[in-house]
Amino acid sequence: MRVGRVDFGGVVKEINLAFVPEARIGDHVLVHVGFAITVIDEAEAARVFEHLREIGELAEDGAAP
Amino acid sequence: MTAARGFAPSCPLPAGDGECVQLAHGGGGRAMARLLDALIRPAFDDPELDRRHDGAALEVTGPVAFTTDSYVVKPLVFPGGDIGSLAVNGTVNDLAMCGARPLYLSVGLIVEEGLALETLRAVVASIAAAAKAAGVRLVTGDTKVVDRGSADGLFVNTAGIGEIVAPAPVGPAQVRAGDAVVLSGDIGRHGIAVMAAREALGFETAIESDCAPLAAPVLALVESGIAVRCLRDLTRGGLASALVEIAETAGKRIAIEEAAIPVRADVSAACELLGLDALHVANEGRFVAFVAAEDAARAVEVLRRYDAAGAAAVIGVVGDGPPGQVSCRGAIGASRVIDMLSGEQLPRIC
Amino acid sequence: MRFRDEYRAPAAAQGYARAIAKAATRPWTLMEVCGGQTHTIVRYGIDQLLPVGIELVHGPGCPVCVTPVEYVDKAIEIASRPGATLCSFGDMLRVPGRGGDLLGAKSRGADVRIVYSPLDALAVARAEPAREVVFFAVGFETTAPANAMAAWQARRQGLANFSLLVSHVLVPPAMRAILDAPANRIEGFLAAGHVCTIMGTREYEPIAARYRVPIVVTGFEPLDILEGVYMCVRQLEDGRAAVENQYVRSVRRAGNLRAQALMGEVFRVIPRRWRGIGDIADSGLGLAEAYADLDAERRFGAVRTVGEAAGECISGLVLQGARKPPECPAFGTRCTPERPLGVTMVSSEGACAAYYRYRGAPRPAETESAGA
Repeated sequence: MRVGRVDFGGVVKEINLAFVPEARIGDHVLVHVGFAITVIDEAEAARVFEHLREIGELAEDGAAP
Repeated sequence: MTAARGFAPSCPLPAGDGECVQLAHGGGGRAMARLLDALIRPAFDDPELDRRHDGAALEVTGPVAFTTDSYVVKPLVFPGGDIGSLAVNGTVNDLAMCGARPLYLSVGLIVEEGLALETLRAVVASIAAAAKAAGVRLVTGDTKVVDRGSADGLFVNTAGIGEIVAPAPVGPAQVRAGDAVVLSGDIGRHGIAVMAAREALGFETAIESDCAPLAAPVLALVESGIAVRCLRDLTRGGLASALVEIAETAGKRIAIEEAAIPVRADVSAACELLGLDALHVANEGRFVAFVAAEDAARAVEVLRRYDAAGAAAVIGVVGDGPPGQVSCRGAIGASRVIDMLSGEQLPRIC
Repeated sequence: MRFRDEYRAPAAAQGYARAIAKAATRPWTLMEVCGGQTHTIVRYGIDQLLPVGIELVHGPGCPVCVTPVEYVDKAIEIASRPGATLCSFGDMLRVPGRGGDLLGAKSRGADVRIVYSPLDALAVARAEPAREVVFFAVGFETTAPANAMAAWQARRQGLANFSLLVSHVLVPPAMRAILDAPANRIEGFLAAGHVCTIMGTREYEPIAARYRVPIVVTGFEPLDILEGVYMCVRQLEDGRAAVENQYVRSVRRAGNLRAQALMGEVFRVIPRRWRGIGDIADSGLGLAEAYADLDAERRFGAVRTVGEAAGECISGLVLQGARKPPECPAFGTRCTPERPLGVTMVSSEGACAAYYRYRGAPRPAETESAGA
């Protein structure tokens, strides 16, 4: 049963990795009741901001247009 | 842990007293005299205490501030402090919040039978060190021992006397609309440190309690000519409780800005993991000061000269109403109402 | 913290708020399903940022809130037995049953222990073989794989003193029940992102098609909610009714197959009664036959759900989205977190608790102060 040490921004907790066999050191994971339930897709993580730029409501530097 | 029975080179009590506090140590007889003479009085090292009289004879000129608090924190020792340093700083800080220079403390110990003498020795040393750092004298005290199971190791009471140096009355009644709210530093450390030390959380963290004496920065503020309306140190219930109590007592409204409130990243992470709001987490070395609006910038500057208030910042402003309401404007721009915690966040945090 | 703080950026939040205002040509009523989403909305004041016509109705996605009162009573009964230990997630402890709550039982000597993970309950069972350890397994699909893992490990380790009191619920049947209700006003949904992390998005496609409602799978940070609302409003304006994924950094169409496989092995779909809503067919999970010996109901007696006591509490209407907490006459006066009349005030994800915590109790002679 694979467990990993997960850093929550300076606080470290041991988390069960059984549902994310593909997780590697350095990956960010979504954690629920002591289990990692997915690896965060870093490429997709920026989508929220790309979408906003596409609709013209966000400048390149993240400020208002 | 203490050494083998009968030979404990680090403990000044003779063999026969064993490794643990016994009921006899509180009995008023020879065992108790040994405890006081060998362990307690030398640590506190005060001429008043050494007179071995029922009470201390002291001189105070002018108006006096007087306060008391009992400390029941569990566990006794936690990252950044212990029940001893907590007991001294808590009372020193309450005196400072009255606009007083802390002078004298009493220390009452209620010890559970079976407490390791080494633990008692360490706490007593911590009390002495905290008193020295805060510039107060330990002049009188009491020790009782209770049956196993009655005191969870150790309870401590401290009472303090200080001389009031604030030129004007300090308290919620003095707070006026337009006053600035100044917070002395980042919040949430003590509560998280104690919770983590209780083990049940299963997470590793380097967060330490912010337990510290605050008399120096507070007195600098009070003696600087700045119009200080009200002071309140943050303890259980956190920043939220302090502000709500003041708003309700003063019959005013307080509006704060979330972005202005310092919270360390790891404290913030721990709060999220535990489902807590940092505004409600206990502190032991932080205070809020309500000052006249025109003095706000200078107040921050005065405070930042002291380590204990190095991150001081203006976090909000007082308004007329609705009376008793505390609101917080979030980063996104919308406001929410802050109230005290309902029920228990965590027992025995102070 | 990365992948959290950036989704709270004020400039981007204002950007989505403007985009929604520009896109909406008429009022729309949306429902966010998950209690965690409700909390973000109320805590960050997202509803204050939205244009006046866009209404967010708070859905029944609070597993603690919808657990039938009889399960709470059973948990208390078990915990009060000598030799038995009841392990539970923290927020079930103050849920009112018929005779008080688990916290009250604990203070009267019942062995109730708070756990962060179901595996902690398993550890208790291993450490104390003389005690009968029961884990109170509640939650939606997000929690089901973790609870399944506890059962699976108990079986593999041959633990004789561990069982689960199961009251799991599923989201899609609840959404259908809401859409079937005659007075339904919901025109679009923000589906629960964490549930979909496990289950994927496929099972929402028939719902969108049958009821002609857009369903946007949405995350939990302020920007996620705002982007989800924007996507939903765009669909409504364009007359589309599809399943879209806003929470792409966590949710894939197929979901987490390992988690689903374990759920399929340990659980089976059963009818469930939802507190405040009633019976919904095929809306819950119970232990599969092969794991039935780990069922606390077999060891301690079956739970019989009966009708609900009538009272002042309108939790059910709040859970269905028919009322908002401030519309309840008892809100903040006779019903507060210290003395809750119903579960939506106690649970950390309950709509009433969210409003109370972030908007405050009503005060006499208070004038409108939102956004001041």
